[in-house]
Amino acid sequence: MPRTRLYSLDDLEDIPGTKVFTARRARQGYHLHKFCMSLMQAENRDAFRADERAYLDRYRMTEEQKEAVLARDLTRLIELGGNMYFLVKIASTDGWSAQKAVSSMSGMSAEEYARMMAEGGRSPEGLRSIREGR
Amino acid sequence: MARITAGIATSHVPAIGAAIDNGRTGDEYWAPIFAGYDFVKDWIKDNTPDVVILVYNDHASALMLDIVPTFALGFAEEFLPADEGWGRRPVPIVHNHPELAAHIAEQLVIDEFDLTLINEMDVDHGCTVPLSLVFGQPEEWPCKVIPLAVNVTQFPTPSGMRCWKLGEAIRNAVKTYPEDLTVQVWGTGGMSHQLQGTRAGLINAEFDNAFLDQLAHEPEELAHITRIEYLREAGSEGIELIMWLIMRAALGYGVEELHRFYKVPASNTAVGHVVYRALS
Repeated sequence: MPRTRLYSLDDLEDIPGTKVFTARRARQGYHLHKFCMSLMQAENRDAFRADERAYLDRYRMTEEQKEAVLARDLTRLIELGGNMYFLVKIASTDGWSAQKAVSSMSGMSAEEYARMMAEGGRSPEGLRSIREGR
Repeated sequence: MARITAGIATSHVPAIGAAIDNGRTGDEYWAPIFAGYDFVKDWIKDNTPDVVILVYNDHASALMLDIVPTFALGFAEEFLPADEGWGRRPVPIVHNHPELAAHIAEQLVIDEFDLTLINEMDVDHGCTVPLSLVFGQPEEWPCKVIPLAVNVTQFPTPSGMRCWKLGEAIRNAVKTYPEDLTVQVWGTGGMSHQLQGTRAGLINAEFDNAFLDQLAHEPEELAHITRIEYLREAGSEGIELIMWLIMRAALGYGVEELHRFYKVPASNTAVGHVVYRALS
């Protein structure tokens, strides 16, 4: 009997507002992530700050990925294969808190997001499954 | 013989480390969180083990780019705190117990876990924040630490059941180590949180508290939670909770819950923390 996937792609795409970081996405994000991890060295952070575009051109990232980094568009970077554990190095280089960086994807201002978190966070109600509407 | 005497679980939020390093633990925002760790800070004084097996995930600091191991055991003599984009944390170097690590590495492979050994790596907040929360700010960490990194970033992660079985295998490995050593196993990460997309900020206190309820006395039930269920219920980063199962399984059948703490939020994350004494 042919073996079926334990997790169908439909399942992985069924969580609202969530990109599951699969092996395929990891490959798509590899050069972007190589850039992100380079920011773990102070001299690289300095070089990036000095000329962001020139620094990005050292990496085999796509033009879309480079433009999204320059725009600090984390939502777009995740669509382009990014994962937050890598991307947060950009935020740290900018001196942003992780909360501010995460809030930038949430459709809320940093202040609104901070208030939501202080009040107990975002409820999972209605956000578990697109298909099942729960 | 070596013995696993206790287990600790805790979230490992990086902002908690920053609050400690920057002397802000008394701030209005942080004080209620650090109050949840007063018990363990006091308890550990009389219960410092020889070795902690510290189960955590590397947050794209040493692993996850060029090499993506499912289970990776730190095998260097020492591990420096990683520079995660704002400089290395001002915390002590983590010193391994290479003899016990070698024994565990051998036993786990014999037990059919295809373990990766890491002979050089820095350890990030996943490893150092729990050490700070429990031991405070000493000149040197007061025990040896064997870091065990679990992939919880790239899907598919190991299943909860696989983590449970790894914890059981760690228990058997430690028990067969001939030297008299006291060993603790710490499970870190979680609880519910999501760091991406329009669902960012998700917190599921009901799920988290049910997890805490069952972890002490009905933990096998938790081993059946699927990966997709963690993602749906606890957020895309909430799946870190599978690492708590490694800790719990390593403690064996019976535990006494000495302490439990739950608080929302620290930064983007629900903070959970337990201290268990192993009864067998």
